[in-house]
Amino acid sequence: MIKKFIHQFASPKTYLFQVNRFYPYIFYISLIIYTFSLIWGLLFTPQDFVQGNSFRIIYLHVPASFLSQSLYVAMAFASITYLVWRVKLAAYLIIAIAPVGAMTTFVALISGSLWGIPTWGTWWQWDARITSTLILFIMYLGLISLHNSFSNYEKADKLLSWLVIVGAVNIPIIKKSVDWWSTLHQSASITLTDKPSIDPSMFYPLIGSIIGFFGLIICLVLISSKHQILIREKTKSWIKDYV
Amino acid sequence: MNPIRKKRIYNILLVLLFTVSGISLILYSLNSNLDFFFTPSELKEQNIPADKRIKIGGMVLEGSVTRDESRIIFMITDYESSVKVEFKGIVPDLFQEGSGVVALGFLNDNIFLAEEVLAKHDENYMPPNLNIVDDS
Repeated sequence: MIKKFIHQFASPKTYLFQVNRFYPYIFYISLIIYTFSLIWGLLFTPQDFVQGNSFRIIYLHVPASFLSQSLYVAMAFASITYLVWRVKLAAYLIIAIAPVGAMTTFVALISGSLWGIPTWGTWWQWDARITSTLILFIMYLGLISLHNSFSNYEKADKLLSWLVIVGAVNIPIIKKSVDWWSTLHQSASITLTDKPSIDPSMFYPLIGSIIGFFGLIICLVLISSKHQILIREKTKSWIKDYV
Repeated sequence: MNPIRKKRIYNILLVLLFTVSGISLILYSLNSNLDFFFTPSELKEQNIPADKRIKIGGMVLEGSVTRDESRIIFMITDYESSVKVEFKGIVPDLFQEGSGVVALGFLNDNIFLAEEVLAKHDENYMPPNLNIVDDS
């Protein structure tokens, strides 16, 4: 039954209709969660004992950084799915995610810079965390332009998938950079194993902002993947009915 | 699973294995070069020429900060050894005794002449009034 479900869902047509069905719910729920968390975090959370008000950019920086890496992991899984099972939808998803990933990485870099000015006293330093994140951003751009440089979609998809898999080694490096080397960037406040080193009054809005931002970015991925389907399946008869 | 798909999975794993080992070797050989700064202890072990621009990082030793006209003098410590730092300029707002700092400059006769001082903060966030309770 699961197999049948996956097979059905992997058809671009079913996917498109399901996306249309669920999109408004995901969008409005995430929008409400993110707005609520932002208001909570920006207005109703105490100042930090060291950083004062400037720490509040955390409600943008952490969600964006988290998403920039998560989207890459999602691309890697889609690549494996495409390479092993030749699921077309997976290939559409890879190239649909890439620009959204580039955007979140850009937001993470910019918000990090803005945070760095009042706290570190600098907006850019070549420390391991910042540099590996910049590499991630460049990789997203490289993947997008690589895909655009092919006129043959199938070749483009295959090469893209392989490159995404190879580039995935950067993700654990970004994640662990603050532990492996001395960096200007502080180490993680939220980990799976330990109690968060961020006070609950700041932690709950942060979790809310991550979830809300996640949902909003998923919406962008959904729109972008619809766009890919419309381009790539334009010769199919159901598309003509749909459009 | 059908044999073709199995083979594809093995191919992916093989590519991953090679990439990971390649990157690991690069990172391993670069290891300490990827550090953003030297700690005072590392500085003692290595002979760094006076004309080489380096970064040192650690904590600002409590009670070591003195200011005169335009200079600020303090000790950077990793609680094993310390380095005296001289800096002409404005330090970031977050610069304070007992908190993290990174200085860029030259080591000259055991005094570090800094050109730039950056503040480093840790991963702890809390409201000001909880500070005293949590620190104990």
